[in-house]
Amino acid sequence: MSRKLTYVQAINEAVTQMMDKDSSVFIMGIGVNSPWYVGQSCAGLYERFGDKRVIDTPVAENGMTGVAVGAAMAGMRPIIVHPRMDFMYYAMDQIINQAANWHYMFGGRVNVPVTIRGIVNRGGEQAAQHSQSLQAMFMHVPGLKVVMPSTPYDAKGLLVASIRDDNPVIYIDDRWLYEQSGEVPEELYEVPIGKGVIRREGKDITVVATSYLVCEANKAAENLEKEGIDTEIVDLRSLKPLDNNLVIESVKKTGRLVIADGGWKTGGAGAEISALVVGSAFKYLKAPIMRVSLPDAPAPASSALEKAYYPTAETIVSAVKKVLEESL
Amino acid sequence: MVKTGIPVATLREMYVTMLRIRRCENTLVELLRINEIRCPTHLYTGQEAIAAGICANLRKDDYVFSTHRSHGHYIAKGGDLKAMMAELYGKRTGCSRGRGGSMHLVDPEVGLMGSAAIVGSTIPLAVGTALASAIQGNNRVAVAFFGDGATDEGVFDESLNFASLRKLPVVFICENNLFSTHLPLYLRQPADNISERAQTHIMPGIKIDGNNVLEVYEASQEAIDNARGGRGPSLIECRTYRWRAHVGWPQDYDVGFRTKEEVKKWEKRCPIKAFEKFLAGQGVLSESEKSQISEQIDREIEEALTFARESPFPDESELLEGVYR
Repeated sequence: MSRKLTYVQAINEAVTQMMDKDSSVFIMGIGVNSPWYVGQSCAGLYERFGDKRVIDTPVAENGMTGVAVGAAMAGMRPIIVHPRMDFMYYAMDQIINQAANWHYMFGGRVNVPVTIRGIVNRGGEQAAQHSQSLQAMFMHVPGLKVVMPSTPYDAKGLLVASIRDDNPVIYIDDRWLYEQSGEVPEELYEVPIGKGVIRREGKDITVVATSYLVCEANKAAENLEKEGIDTEIVDLRSLKPLDNNLVIESVKKTGRLVIADGGWKTGGAGAEISALVVGSAFKYLKAPIMRVSLPDAPAPASSALEKAYYPTAETIVSAVKKVLEESL
Repeated sequence: MVKTGIPVATLREMYVTMLRIRRCENTLVELLRINEIRCPTHLYTGQEAIAAGICANLRKDDYVFSTHRSHGHYIAKGGDLKAMMAELYGKRTGCSRGRGGSMHLVDPEVGLMGSAAIVGSTIPLAVGTALASAIQGNNRVAVAFFGDGATDEGVFDESLNFASLRKLPVVFICENNLFSTHLPLYLRQPADNISERAQTHIMPGIKIDGNNVLEVYEASQEAIDNARGGRGPSLIECRTYRWRAHVGWPQDYDVGFRTKEEVKKWEKRCPIKAFEKFLAGQGVLSESEKSQISEQIDREIEEALTFARESPFPDESELLEGVYR
């Protein structure tokens, strides 16, 4: 049975149902009992499961992430929440040196089935330390998986898949998506990690997008359609592993590519996807590849600057037009 | 001399463990000297009483986390000697299939969940396994072994705080060998009071002679009983000294702040010699038993070495195996 839920309700339902079904699942992190920190994504969990399995933690990101990672080694399936991704830098040792390396470093003898949920919390004049999108940092690391759902359906399905995965998974949700509404089945289901999806078929140009920028890409495509430009949209859903084939096949069809990702430009997800396409579909390309991203600058506070900082549907429209202009 | 009610079998077991560790490390000195073993190797020589005394109180399914100086903990917890030697040689039959080397020994079959080379990093991992025990209600205790250098790290306090807050079944064992790499404690902390840090976190904290295995055994027995009984964590600071270099076989004489005189002084306080004297005095260990144990250990090490030398290296085709499960 399917009905409409918001993105944040879908997250909440995934956690609730997984905790109901599997006693090894528990959730911990800064502010998990505080809507101020995590929106409604954890509402009702404490009342339902109690303080044994719903743990609002001290502000000690490194130690607390280590605790979650250790619990995962002992057969639990923890979800550790970082209510602003920016705070995760404190926990980089536990995420990368420990969680990501453990299975390989010990010859496969101990694995770490932890879900590390990072919330992108930008906008609202929050400036440089409460606004970051760190997917590219984690994409770089062998041993980690990275997912970024853009719809309520995927928010639930990817969270279920992350919790069930036997590896550390970085699950990144964006508060700008929380009130998006969409069809979500009541039962438990998985969206497979590593599989993207075509959101819209088109023949003139491919826009590969992640997370919130998938929504902006959809708006952009509607506007472009009015001008007779037929846009194909690939929602990556997973950044690691990447759905290489889906991207390559789409570019083979359209011959043109714009990549829209909400991280910084240099060394970002767009750079990796661009290299992938040039390496695998070079002869199909009819135009240079363009990236839509954050500029290489920290997030500003002033709303006047924020407006210039975050890419929108219009930024994507401009990029698409530029690629079309420069086509061979 | 400590008056003890420790069973004779346990006394013998601890002695065998200590001697096994020492002989292993002495063998490694020779192999490192001739470059037959090449991975960065941090020897445990001089600290044997700590691993032996603590692990003698642990169940097989209790959790242990270790550091870059991991041989003692691996052996004391019951890790397989052949797999350890093979790991040091980088062989496929190693405990970590040649991916870890000396700093990353593991044997989950006996509860050693891993050893890590980032100072302090395994302390919260031990707390995490203790949290799992508490949620699962299975009475398994976790032990975090770490050096005095780890108490310089913020994650040490983060871990003690959370463990105490939730009364988790974990015991924190600080092996204070007086140096963090080459920098002595007095140049890193304003007071020599690591055990007192427990007070801040509202848990028992004691300082003991880490070269006296009886003292280690008794102190950790109480701490482990408390953890298992739901009475929360403890911190034990074991004073000791590493005889060898921070890494490798030499002795670090006059590297940084370490002098020959200081090393000699600590060699006179050998934990094994002191324990032998005690056991002989108690009539627990005769000369013939001693040589029997000694020969047995030498045989084990010889077998482990042969196994390691004869084992195959991993194949290049295995390079990318196991990045993910």
